[in-house]
Amino acid sequence: MTNHWVDIKNADVVLIMGGNAAEAHPCGFKWVVEAKKHNKAKLVVVDPRFTRSAALADYYAPIRTGTDIAFLGGVINYLLANDKIQHEYVKAYTDFSFLVNNEYAFDNGLFVGYNADKRSYDKSTWGYQMGKDGYVMTDPTLQDPRCVFHLMKTHYSRYTPEMVEKICGTPKDQFLKVCETLASTSTPDRTTTIMYALGWTQHSQGSQMIRAGAMVQLLLGNIGIAGGGMNALRGHSNIQGLTDLGLLSNLLPGYMTLPGEKETDYRTYIDKRASKPLRPNQLSYWQNYEKFHVSLMKAWYGDAATKENNWAFDYLPKLDKMHDVLQVFEDMYQGKMNGYVCQGFNPLASFPNKAKLGTALAKLKYLVVIDPLATETSEFWKNFGVYNDVDSTKIQTTVFRLPSGCFAEEDGSLVNSGRWLQWHWKGAEPPSEAKSDIEIIAGLFTTLRGMYKADGGAFPDPILNMTWPYRIPSAPSAEELAKEYSGKALTDLEDPKDKTKLVKKAGEQVDGFAQLRDDGTTSCGCWIFSGCWSQAGNLMARRDNADPFGNGQTLNWAWAWPANRRILYNRAAADPAGKPWNAKRKQVWWNGTAWTGSDIPDFKPDSNPADGMGPFIMNPEGVARFFALDKMVEGPFPEHYEPFETPIDTNPMNTNPKAISNPAARVFKGDMEVFGKSKDFPYAATSYRLTEHFHYWTKHCLINAVLQPEQFVEIGEELAAEKGIKAGDRIKVRSNRGQIIAVAVVTKRLRAMMADGKKIHHVGIPIHWGFKGMTKPGYIANTLTPFVGDANTQTPEFKSFLVNIEKA
Amino acid sequence: MALQSLDIARRSATTTDSPSVRQTTEVAKLIDVTTCIGCKACQAACMEWNDIRDEVGSNSGIYDNPRDLSAESWTVMRYSEVEEAGKLEWLIRKDGCMHCADPGCLKACPAPGAIVQYANGIVDFHEENCIGCGYCITGCPFNVPRISKKDNKAYKCTLCSDRVAVGQEPACIKACPTGALQFGSKQQMKDYAEERIVDLKERGFKDAGLYDPQGVGGTHVMYVLHHADRPQLYNNLPENPSISPMVALWKGVAKPLATLALAGIAFSSLFHYVIKGPNEVSKELEDELEEEDAS
Repeated sequence: MTNHWVDIKNADVVLIMGGNAAEAHPCGFKWVVEAKKHNKAKLVVVDPRFTRSAALADYYAPIRTGTDIAFLGGVINYLLANDKIQHEYVKAYTDFSFLVNNEYAFDNGLFVGYNADKRSYDKSTWGYQMGKDGYVMTDPTLQDPRCVFHLMKTHYSRYTPEMVEKICGTPKDQFLKVCETLASTSTPDRTTTIMYALGWTQHSQGSQMIRAGAMVQLLLGNIGIAGGGMNALRGHSNIQGLTDLGLLSNLLPGYMTLPGEKETDYRTYIDKRASKPLRPNQLSYWQNYEKFHVSLMKAWYGDAATKENNWAFDYLPKLDKMHDVLQVFEDMYQGKMNGYVCQGFNPLASFPNKAKLGTALAKLKYLVVIDPLATETSEFWKNFGVYNDVDSTKIQTTVFRLPSGCFAEEDGSLVNSGRWLQWHWKGAEPPSEAKSDIEIIAGLFTTLRGMYKADGGAFPDPILNMTWPYRIPSAPSAEELAKEYSGKALTDLEDPKDKTKLVKKAGEQVDGFAQLRDDGTTSCGCWIFSGCWSQAGNLMARRDNADPFGNGQTLNWAWAWPANRRILYNRAAADPAGKPWNAKRKQVWWNGTAWTGSDIPDFKPDSNPADGMGPFIMNPEGVARFFALDKMVEGPFPEHYEPFETPIDTNPMNTNPKAISNPAARVFKGDMEVFGKSKDFPYAATSYRLTEHFHYWTKHCLINAVLQPEQFVEIGEELAAEKGIKAGDRIKVRSNRGQIIAVAVVTKRLRAMMADGKKIHHVGIPIHWGFKGMTKPGYIANTLTPFVGDANTQTPEFKSFLVNIEKA
Repeated sequence: MALQSLDIARRSATTTDSPSVRQTTEVAKLIDVTTCIGCKACQAACMEWNDIRDEVGSNSGIYDNPRDLSAESWTVMRYSEVEEAGKLEWLIRKDGCMHCADPGCLKACPAPGAIVQYANGIVDFHEENCIGCGYCITGCPFNVPRISKKDNKAYKCTLCSDRVAVGQEPACIKACPTGALQFGSKQQMKDYAEERIVDLKERGFKDAGLYDPQGVGGTHVMYVLHHADRPQLYNNLPENPSISPMVALWKGVAKPLATLALAGIAFSSLFHYVIKGPNEVSKELEDELEEEDAS
């Protein structure tokens, strides 16, 4: 979230699209209710299904699954065509006036530079026109046809309300009603917040859906503003912490990145990431990259990371490509992997195409499962009748189960969607022989290290030299780890402005990332968390909800990254002169000598507005980008592409057979062939979660099992009547990858819609069931889903695929 | 919420006065249907606090589960899909005991002290006095009490009288994530409802209103409804609930006759004892005799 849960109460309009907060985030949804009750907010829900969120909406509009970019592109077109944008904001705080490379072009579904064989782009022309001074050229008058404003306007002029209706199936009048409601917040005194979740991320073009939403918010001047922002509602309670700490294959902690296999030179690695400003007087905060990187390497390798060995740069793996979960299972499927450690993860249930996953797991020599529960993955080799019909005698994989405690059985911090690190204390000891995850991993590490020490290995240095300063090496405490990621001074730190003074004494915790250095005198395990455990103690454990400005920022409740800042880009909540856009909603402002306010300013504290520094300090431009340059693999502007399994067989936005679905999405050999076609599988399916359950965990819990005991699928009344299906009947749902059988819930909440002249029915498939647990046994819903992900993140396309149904 | 005493105001089948010197605030639970998302957290909290676990059932083609109230499910969510002026609405109502000011269950109950009404308005079942006759079900205009198959006694929502007695709100209120469930004095709840109704009317629900049916003297569980003019839209919430005339008949004419009959049995038993000495008395008869003694 750019903002945070409590801040939603400040919104005037709440758009829930690509998510279903009432269903999947009921506790956070209370702030939507609060906005409605006490801020007269209007709730708008756009979803293929009339959801629990829609039940409380002031306005609901249906949309065909997977067509959100078409819808949002239509909103962008509406806002530009009807001049419903916050002019001063976009002019000062975005790339509206930036001039784009003359060779950049878009034609019939494809951007310039496409290579169909590689399914990827040469992105070299997706850039700016650079001036002789080394800065991007701009045209503040917005007259130049190559300025971002004009290119964007042209690009989205194709997204007419008629086109939106044709692609999305949203009736034109309903689409326009949503546009009008959003447009009502283009004034400086009103805001829209956008709440989204997996309903946007889990598409082959999911990242671009989110970009499109962010573009709408920028046009409305709603980024950085209380009650505004782009708010990703994270699923697991600590999935935000997972990404923050860099647990994705290409990341290091704090959104630093692993070097690629060609990046073997340390200086080149750093310089590429420490971007120089692209406009005069801009901060370009990533210029500090080396300070964060060196402090990380000192936290990991201590004295073994020296200036001479480039802070142990050679210890870091050099990445050949993303090794996301789909890639890992593809490698496993091809027999290229011997062992897999599966910690707090149940991929057989939670990743797509169960048949492929099961086959892949059976090719392993060993599988280690670290989990509090007996998961489907840990028993993939056992026959559970129709639910897991495998021949155990043919599976030779050795499975090791290491029982772990659960979240309530350990101390530590959880990072919520709003970037708050909240400390929690254990409520009970793990049962029986279960150990905490930290203890299990530390035990594995210390044992492996001992083996490397005794027997050597190909390259033991990164393991033997890793710092492991914990009091009990086989069981580091949560406190020790928290202090490590917050960071400390390794030597006395002199004040650079006054050498006679010390900023920190050796061994003291640092106050924040501004004190980190690139000379090896500081260590910090995750720079964005720096300051969460300072000399003042554990700030994550704070529970003071005092709200002196009455706007819900509560700076003394827990600790938010970065720097305890509650709303990102909050400099943009003040006008270029440093005065709040909205006198009633004061966040941060320039008091004549410094930035101050109800939140920690997301800005250089002493930068006079007259100097013109932009509010988006992480971008070298200082402003937000509508034109994404080369940062996205499928193009600088979000363009509508159909899901890989499309019910309409065509993309009404173009006539190019190469551009029906995302042209730059990675598809493995063999998976393209098992995408279903609409003639065999005519119904648009989408999978989702229910309030009564959490993923595949709570089916192990009796109370949740009582509340939603048996697997079901949802279909509309019209489709049910066509197929002779009554509520409560058992129906068979088939995709080209497998089938499930479940009870039919026949509902008014799923309606047929017309898209491209064709009647489209949706089939709703809740996940949650499996062959282990207290509920009635069920089929794994991901038996049906396709093995393809978002082109940028590789998050699987769980939300849009094709099925057929019949009475079982 | 001030500390609530559990002074009993009324008792079933009891004629002597209840203690009434101390003043207590009337409490109420407000169910704001218009901010309820049907998450069933209230159902889960009810199971946990009261230590009741219903069976793992099945899906019958709807979201409702458990399907109905039972001795182990004292509250259930009821989901209704209705179309109003061409607009789909998903009306979700938490069902359970309404804690009537004039409780039909209590009036119908023949077992002394099995049903009590506290001075704060909560209607509670004291299962140790329950004889399992099921008259409370007949007496209830909302079809709430259920007889347990395990012990043949009647059960329903207690409004967490044990929590309220020590100044805490009922478990369902505490668990509700959206604030759709509120608890306080009846007047506070009416005032709060008034605010909600103003908001709903501004949003176009011209018939929004409070459900506090006077046919049962008002209730200590009230609903805010978008369509207060048509409560039946909410899975047949009764429009004008009142106590069944059968209960009045039982109270007015039948009960004294039955008492007479029971006294007759008691007398003949005594006669039997005097003449024939102690006998094997069935447990049921023994209970009945004890109850007769108590009244």
